Amino acid sequence: MSENISSGVLNRRQFVQAGGAFLFAAQCPVTFSRKAHAAGAGAMMNSFVRIDPNNVITMLANNSEFGNGAYTVMSMMLAEELDVDYRSIVLEAAPTTPEYYSPLFREYLTAGSVTTGSTFIPMRTAGAKARAMLLEAAARSWQVPGAELTTENGTVQHLETGRSSPYGALLETIHRLEIQPPDAVTLKDPSQFRILGKPTKRYEGAGKVDGSAQFGIDIKLPGMLYGSIARPPVHGGRVVDFDASTALSMPGVVKVKAIRAGVVVLADSYWRAQKARAEVKINWDRGANATVSSEQFYRDYREMAETPGMLAEDIGDALGALDQADEVIEAVYEMPLLAHATLEPMNCIAQVEGATCTIWSGTQYQSNDQEVISHFLGIPQENVTIHRPLMGGSFGRRSSKTADYTVEAVEAAKGESVPVQIIWSREEDIRSGHYRPLFVHKLRGSVDSSGMPEAWHQVVVGQSLMQGTKHDPNYMVRGMDIYSLDGCLQEPFGVFPYGTSYAIAHHRVESHNAPKIGIVPQEWRSVGHTHTGIAYECFLDELAAKGGVDPLELRLRLTKDHARMNRVLKVLREKCEWDKPLAPGRGRGVASRVYSISPIAQAVEITVAENGDFTVDRVVCVVDCGFAVNPLGIEGQVEGGLAYGLGGVAFGNIDIVDGEVQQSNFHDYPVMRLPQMPKVEIHILPSDEPPTGVGEQATTPIAPAVANALFNATGRRIRRFPLSSQGFNLV
Amino acid sequence: MKLTVNGKALQIKSDADTPLLWVLRDELNMVGTKFGCGIAQCGACTVHLEGRAIRSCVTPVSAVAGKQIQTIEGQADEKGLSPVQRAWLETDVAQCGYCQSGQIMAASALLSENPNPTDAEIDTAMAGNICRCGTYPRIRTAVHLAALWMTEEQSA
Repeated sequence: MSENISSGVLNRRQFVQAGGAFLFAAQCPVTFSRKAHAAGAGAMMNSFVRIDPNNVITMLANNSEFGNGAYTVMSMMLAEELDVDYRSIVLEAAPTTPEYYSPLFREYLTAGSVTTGSTFIPMRTAGAKARAMLLEAAARSWQVPGAELTTENGTVQHLETGRSSPYGALLETIHRLEIQPPDAVTLKDPSQFRILGKPTKRYEGAGKVDGSAQFGIDIKLPGMLYGSIARPPVHGGRVVDFDASTALSMPGVVKVKAIRAGVVVLADSYWRAQKARAEVKINWDRGANATVSSEQFYRDYREMAETPGMLAEDIGDALGALDQADEVIEAVYEMPLLAHATLEPMNCIAQVEGATCTIWSGTQYQSNDQEVISHFLGIPQENVTIHRPLMGGSFGRRSSKTADYTVEAVEAAKGESVPVQIIWSREEDIRSGHYRPLFVHKLRGSVDSSGMPEAWHQVVVGQSLMQGTKHDPNYMVRGMDIYSLDGCLQEPFGVFPYGTSYAIAHHRVESHNAPKIGIVPQEWRSVGHTHTGIAYECFLDELAAKGGVDPLELRLRLTKDHARMNRVLKVLREKCEWDKPLAPGRGRGVASRVYSISPIAQAVEITVAENGDFTVDRVVCVVDCGFAVNPLGIEGQVEGGLAYGLGGVAFGNIDIVDGEVQQSNFHDYPVMRLPQMPKVEIHILPSDEPPTGVGEQATTPIAPAVANALFNATGRRIRRFPLSSQGFNLV
Repeated sequence: MKLTVNGKALQIKSDADTPLLWVLRDELNMVGTKFGCGIAQCGACTVHLEGRAIRSCVTPVSAVAGKQIQTIEGQADEKGLSPVQRAWLETDVAQCGYCQSGQIMAASALLSENPNPTDAEIDTAMAGNICRCGTYPRIRTAVHLAALWMTEEQSA
């Protein structure tokens, strides 16, 4: 972890004035505010912990909160080692400086379901080191052995003499005696945990029931103008010229100007900006994508899938085994573009003053936003200050590598003397956003005499997320994007230290990067698994049916050397009553996946009507995410993750015709609603392994499990998604 | 134009065709009511008009002049959070939390009409409120809990 403690100079930073801040603990918007920072008497114990004389403890949080529970687990970890109530900790978004970069990504980025795992040691260490300094201060000032001191509820206590002191009262001693942080510190043994491992409610939950939680869209700044952008009808299109005479005559409209994203209307209210935007007449150059269509992508990708790709994995001799097999099963799976459709639409406030820029933005990816803005404005990176409020969902969308919704606000604000807030309409979000790229997988396989999969040959075709970006060196392996292949390789690949958990003797996977076309691909909750999960788990089901092996039994046999997944599947078999017969018209399906180390498996029960309408009646989910830091949060992530995946597979579809996205809002880009939500039973396996992720894991198995259940119930294989495009409607 | 919001009579300056949502958010600075779709498809903007749930994003402010509006900011009273809000906290419903103002307003309107709804009735009444985080199982649980508490508090 980055510590950067320079003790003895405890006022080396600017400190928040603690007055009043305590009242807002646990419900307050979390932004790093330069204004709020004034010299105070608080002591920066280390990069993550500040203690003020009135005993307010502040944590600088370097992971974003967008529903993932980052603030809850991080405050739990700190509170555990500091012996305070996690809700008494005041949270501030840490500034965008390298000391707060993720130790895993080496960037300021919250992604990949790694927050809990990657902060588990650093945040506890930050708490334990701060506690050690407080203990030393008390021991020296009271002249008692440090070993006799205990801490409880924000105080140091010496039971024998009955002495006790709030942490804040010890700061003066720390400062006067120039107490140094210890080089090393012993963290609590899990048997001593009072908070970690216990079901714990959301840190910032209170503000989310009374309307006071502050999201980016809620921020109001003095003199701020609202901006609405008319965007090109085709991705990659450009403004040729425009006529804003009508718009400019409308009340409240201040300015209309062309920026790279389109034409922005600035007005004194968002409604007025939106209304005026509709009156701007724009002449568009539709650009290179004017004639592209989803159907053409499918055709092109299917053709590519018939040609040899770059070789990602070649275990055994899959091609030879398939040549000699009595029968080869073949299938092509096709997955559409998907929008994220976060409920809080993209938005950002920017203010450009001379050579400095300040933004207020819900973002997963602060260091990148800072970099893109600094490059755009030609100013040093440290001149870009980012305030990070809460986010109304993200699911990957707010980790934009192009910083699209951020830098456009900066461009709109450039030359204005006031801050500018750009808010996307839902239509802009659906039509002009970034998408889970469209993918085609070609699979061939055979089974052995016992009915088990013997040979597997998979060709993956789709747009790479990382190719040609600054991530290319880390996430491209011999020209292949590890995210395109995550979830279909048996062995670790690139920086991913895990495989599928299955052992198939002959296993070959090839990859094609589809041409980049200016429709920006973006991580979508569980990333590669959103398509590899469907193709892999459904084709496995096809081989199971061919070999006459029960699909859950088949997975148990394939994972016999993968202890963790095997245990997950055994528990699943028991908990879901897999062997209990189902009535006609009903079906069962199963899928199991390893994503970001955590194994997870789901079994679903569905009921299908004659007309294809179906319900998902029950989902049983077993997950092994190592030590379960917050079981209540994990259950929420599993329920929510599978709801996200179920909506995606059931009706998620962005369709492009003549370059234009056909969908526009929730009426034609449907998402999960309450009546469609299945009953979910979650089993978190007890474990002493280090904690691993759970934010994206549940999104993946649900899609193939439901498709497999539809086959089980109807005998029909679905190989083009979403299910609604094949006559199966989730009701 | 006059409007009564959370019991307070207010003079409104916004254009008459402005949706109530944007009057609340941009003129009155009451930002607990959220923008999600603008076409009454997601329920994030749900408020009460004379006690009934409406979508403020498609309701011109002129249509509600002189009427009683309640927003999420008016759910709590001098005694504290409403039973629905307390049930939401107890059940730890929220994830990102963006939709929850609308969910709570929809649930509280449902419970005032139907104090003891079945799962099916909850599904029907709440189908218009999207939660992208998928907090639906906990929403069901919380509505039942709020119903229980409200019944208990009435008979107490």
